[in-house]
Amino acid sequence: MLDKTEPPPLLDVRGVTLRYKTRDHLVTATYRVDFSIRQSDRFIVLGPSGCGKSTLLKAVGGYMAPTEGEIMLKGTRITRPGPDRMMVFQEFDQLLPWKTVRQNVVFALETSGKLRGRAAGERAMEYIDKVHLTRFADAYPHTLSGGMKQRVAIARGMAMEPDILLMDEPFAALDALTRRRMQDELLGLWEETRFTVLFVTHSIPEAVKIGNRILLMTPHPGQVKAELNSVDASAHPAEVAMLEQRIHDMLFVDRVEEDEHV
Amino acid sequence: MSDALLRPEVVREISGADEFGIVEKELTIFERLYNLGWVRKTGLLIVLALVWEGYARHLDNPLLVPTLTDTFQAWREGMESYVLPERIFTSLQVLAIGYTTGVVLAGILTVLAITTRIGTDFLETMTAMLNPLPAIALLPLALIWFGFGIGSLVFVLVHSVLWAVALNTHAGFRGVSNTLRMVGRNYGLSGLRLVLKILVPAAFPSILSGLKIGWAFAWRTLIAAELVFGVASGKGGLGWYIFESKNQLDIPEVFAGLLTIIMIGLLVENVIFRTIENRTVRRWGMQT
Repeated sequence: MLDKTEPPPLLDVRGVTLRYKTRDHLVTATYRVDFSIRQSDRFIVLGPSGCGKSTLLKAVGGYMAPTEGEIMLKGTRITRPGPDRMMVFQEFDQLLPWKTVRQNVVFALETSGKLRGRAAGERAMEYIDKVHLTRFADAYPHTLSGGMKQRVAIARGMAMEPDILLMDEPFAALDALTRRRMQDELLGLWEETRFTVLFVTHSIPEAVKIGNRILLMTPHPGQVKAELNSVDASAHPAEVAMLEQRIHDMLFVDRVEEDEHV
Repeated sequence: MSDALLRPEVVREISGADEFGIVEKELTIFERLYNLGWVRKTGLLIVLALVWEGYARHLDNPLLVPTLTDTFQAWREGMESYVLPERIFTSLQVLAIGYTTGVVLAGILTVLAITTRIGTDFLETMTAMLNPLPAIALLPLALIWFGFGIGSLVFVLVHSVLWAVALNTHAGFRGVSNTLRMVGRNYGLSGLRLVLKILVPAAFPSILSGLKIGWAFAWRTLIAAELVFGVASGKGGLGWYIFESKNQLDIPEVFAGLLTIIMIGLLVENVIFRTIENRTVRRWGMQT
């Protein structure tokens, strides 16, 4: 419930319709999507493939402009990519292969003009420590495992201390065990620094585990189905299972047969 | 589970190391030496040298095939009299001018090609048309346009370098993953800064192989052009050295010239480019 005494939203997405052209088609990725994110939210956009959630994230990142509606960050309209919204991608090749772990983080800080020289190096090491990669600070990305690469990408995103961290299924390409550990680590990092994150996923358990607020989207074109509160980390497993079941029913109620396997 | 599928479980003791014969044993010195590529290749070279020397002595006609020792003798004399170093220097000087100009032009063309669509079309059309044209075929025209001087040589060199480097660099730029571009833009990079800070290093494996191909084309073209075209303002290069020696029927010197060309080629490919490769793309794991 929005209350007049509550602070204004950090990120405000209002009636956003996104369309893009492929070679032969004009695709409507999302249709009039609304939501808003507050400071320190762990906001999840959850939906099956084709619900436009990644496209939506790209729009928040400033990589594409809405055909309708607007996206405001701290009251300013988003028109292009910028270091105030750091992206963490799903792909392992998001690190610059010609730079070491430390240089990757420092390069982000220096290129965007946030910090220079020694200050940048210190900030970089602080966040590399946070993701437990101190020993690998001088390693090149190709020598790291997939999970470690994603940790570097997260450290890089957090070191920039952006207004909001945008994560596009960052753990989807990891094996199940690593994924669970990464989810725990992300929550640990959030406990420490309380950053704001917009996290896109197609996994219901991941959404319930990581988020405090979950936006459900249905596909073709992507529309908001619901916006739910998640449960606490301390919640009883039965409560978690109930929420997961509820989300599952909402997303797949009409489409059990075609989408069950997603 | 049905009874038919039920069977006893198996748990075994692992046997100790003393029960196997060999777990790990060093190979003999000969086996290990034979596994080294350079040892095998050096061996081959020695065999070839012996065959050459034997055949030349058997033929006993220095006008056709001089002996290896004569060739080395001629090479040493050439080096000691400063004739050969001077020729090498002249060749390398022209090469450096042509190569650098070609690479710079290729850089400008490819930057235009990735920033504008008409630039892409221009580059693609030009490379499609001119890449198959051997640079040496342009030499007669170059002589008319630029006269007997360095200008003509530089012109054909630029032609031999430009298209190969531009083609590879452009392919490299296009192959850079969209994720990396988005990462660069996320830092607020755009335009030329995005090209220099993200695209160039990300495409470096392709750029480097373009530079290598360009070098190989340029080196061959230069020697061929010098052979055809001879001397520029009183100073000839290695090609001219060979041509001149042949006219004086000094065949060991011809062989010495050929040997020098091979050595410089090997030096640049296996020392200079190999070092660059080891320090960049191999170290970054972008090429195995």
